[in-house]
Amino acid sequence: MIIAVSSPDGKFSTEFSPRFGRCNFFIIIDTDTREWESKPNPAANARGGAGPQAVQFLSASGAEAAITGRYGPNAFTTLKAAGIRAYIADAGTPEELLDRFLAGTLEEVNAATGGELHH
Amino acid sequence: MKIAIASGKGGTGKTTIATAFAQALSRAEYSVSLLDCDVEGPNSHIFIQPEFDQFEDVNMLIPSVDDETCTGCGQCAEVCQFHAIVVIGGQTLVFPEMCHGCGSCTLICPEEAITEIPKRLGILEGGLSQEGIRFGHGILNIGEPMAVPVISKLKKWQDLMDAEVVLIDSPPGASCPVVESLRGADYIILVTEPTPFGLHDLRQAYKVTQELGIPAGVIINRDGIGDTGVEQYCEEVGLQIFMQIPLERKIGQGIAQGKSLLEIKPEYENRFLQLYLQIIEALSIVDRS
Amino acid sequence: MKQLVILSGKGGTGKTSVAAAFAHLLSLQNTPSKTVFADADVDAANLELVLSPSVISKEEFWGGSIAEIDSDDCTSCGICAEVCRFDAVIVKEDLYTVDPIACDGCAACVYQCPEEAISMKEQLAGEWYQSESLYGPLFHANLIPAQENSGKLVTLVKQQARLLALDEAKDLVLVDGPPGIGCPVISAASGADLALIVAEPTASGVHDMHRVLKTTAHFDVESLICINKADIYPEGTEAIEKFCQNEGIRVVGKIPFDLAVTESMVQGKPVTAYQADSPASLAIHDLWKEVMDVIQDLGA
Repeated sequence: MIIAVSSPDGKFSTEFSPRFGRCNFFIIIDTDTREWESKPNPAANARGGAGPQAVQFLSASGAEAAITGRYGPNAFTTLKAAGIRAYIADAGTPEELLDRFLAGTLEEVNAATGGELHH
Repeated sequence: MKIAIASGKGGTGKTTIATAFAQALSRAEYSVSLLDCDVEGPNSHIFIQPEFDQFEDVNMLIPSVDDETCTGCGQCAEVCQFHAIVVIGGQTLVFPEMCHGCGSCTLICPEEAITEIPKRLGILEGGLSQEGIRFGHGILNIGEPMAVPVISKLKKWQDLMDAEVVLIDSPPGASCPVVESLRGADYIILVTEPTPFGLHDLRQAYKVTQELGIPAGVIINRDGIGDTGVEQYCEEVGLQIFMQIPLERKIGQGIAQGKSLLEIKPEYENRFLQLYLQIIEALSIVDRS
Repeated sequence: MKQLVILSGKGGTGKTSVAAAFAHLLSLQNTPSKTVFADADVDAANLELVLSPSVISKEEFWGGSIAEIDSDDCTSCGICAEVCRFDAVIVKEDLYTVDPIACDGCAACVYQCPEEAISMKEQLAGEWYQSESLYGPLFHANLIPAQENSGKLVTLVKQQARLLALDEAKDLVLVDGPPGIGCPVISAASGADLALIVAEPTASGVHDMHRVLKTTAHFDVESLICINKADIYPEGTEAIEKFCQNEGIRVVGKIPFDLAVTESMVQGKPVTAYQADSPASLAIHDLWKEVMDVIQDLGA
């Protein structure tokens, strides 16, 4: 399974980014092999619609789940439509979050958590 | 006669000039209207104090997709130049804040699954001031990026546009909202301050007037600060300087309190009447050449 | 890395003077500077006038596209004019053309033309530059006057600043914003961690400060206020302070009216570099320390 973790610096072992649509990087991880790659988020500085654009990027990258701090309503709606599952965390590195994902201890959300963050 | 008051740089005194000009003309019994086109930060009403009695919403039509009829073909997303429609996982999602209201998606949909619903961008308010100035302004909604439709609707208020002298208080800058405000004007007054920032932005604003092919002249505000760069530039390119308003604490304080320039300095009334005659003269020279 | 944007609502309140002084003070704190500067007022780019930049690279900015009708293929059926909601199609004696200033670039006419006689042409809308300024890297741009898409150019300038900041592990991107609350302001404030709003104690300044505060709140950007020319109308300053207290917004500085600010601009220098002990410089120094403390306390 392919999952994506938002990241400020594109690294596997430093703190993740709680921002979704406007994070600087996504760490795309294959949960079977633990292989990962870092991809710059093309929506990081989008004037509007960063959430949906980030989701389209993740969808094209084959991600089936996303892990971040919070989701705006637009991002969440788009994730749902794309069939990408949404998980949240307070803290952790992508590496730690992968372990928590595999252990089934990450919180999956079924509604937007970030209020009106989008535009 | 339509005269627009513009400047590249913000805070140079456009509103001070526009409101004083309107008051002077009105007191001399011209039929005058003032349109505040700075819909992001409209301030002229503070100095004119109109009685608002005319209100109108400015709406834009945005798409609404009927999920039953939609086949998820994606043509709407393909034609949208603004990423306002996304088709993902067979669903069609609309993001109104990105939409320009062009209607292209509705026209292209082969299933006729898209209808359009109005979204409010802002409002227009109009009314008469005690001095008899016909006043109108637009107010852009918070968080709304699109100022141009609000400006263009304000400029379609016919009773305002029919006045003998129509004054237009433009937003600052040199891009679309400014162009929309200035379009159709007979003459443009560029307000600047005699500083390097003022000069740099005056050049930008002057280029906009040239692009539009509208003759322009200059008023220098806060004269006495800064340097002589603006005057030299005006001489170089042949821009007429109509008025130089000195930097005076009394003026600054009065404006801060919401008093108009004519309230603070009644002697300017005559200078603005002169300005009007000078503009007519300048235009007749343009006509003859 | 944090992003600080300087805004005002009303123009001419002193955004650029504050931004330039911050640039100078930041460079005194760290050499080489750990900040990247971005001038996001592309309609009236003035930061370059006081940071003495030397341009390292210059790129064209191709903005939005506009429609163009090929008169050879056009049969004057009029459908383009019917579908255009921006009154951009001009008809003169059966000759159809597009007014490039009115065209919004939506391409509705392109898709509706039965003859496929309309195409979109990209427009050269400006230039953007990467420069090395006296106080660190500066990204700035010039929009060609009367062009569209200033918001898009703002986004581009910021993105470049941000990429360099990431590459070179800088701490801060300082964005000098445009006036207003519309498209380019939204672009400038997008993704910011903190906004410093330069207010002015005048009737117009207060009115516009309210609007820009509502805008930053709408986009969930935390805001601080500083009051420039605070002594020209003390009652106005008090009103702003009272308002901010009620709303729970911090006033982090008050800058007095000081002719040294204009003099420094004429000299092409930040006021703190021109006259470090002038009243405005001292006030901006205190303001800067307050703002940096807030930034340091922000979470990741």
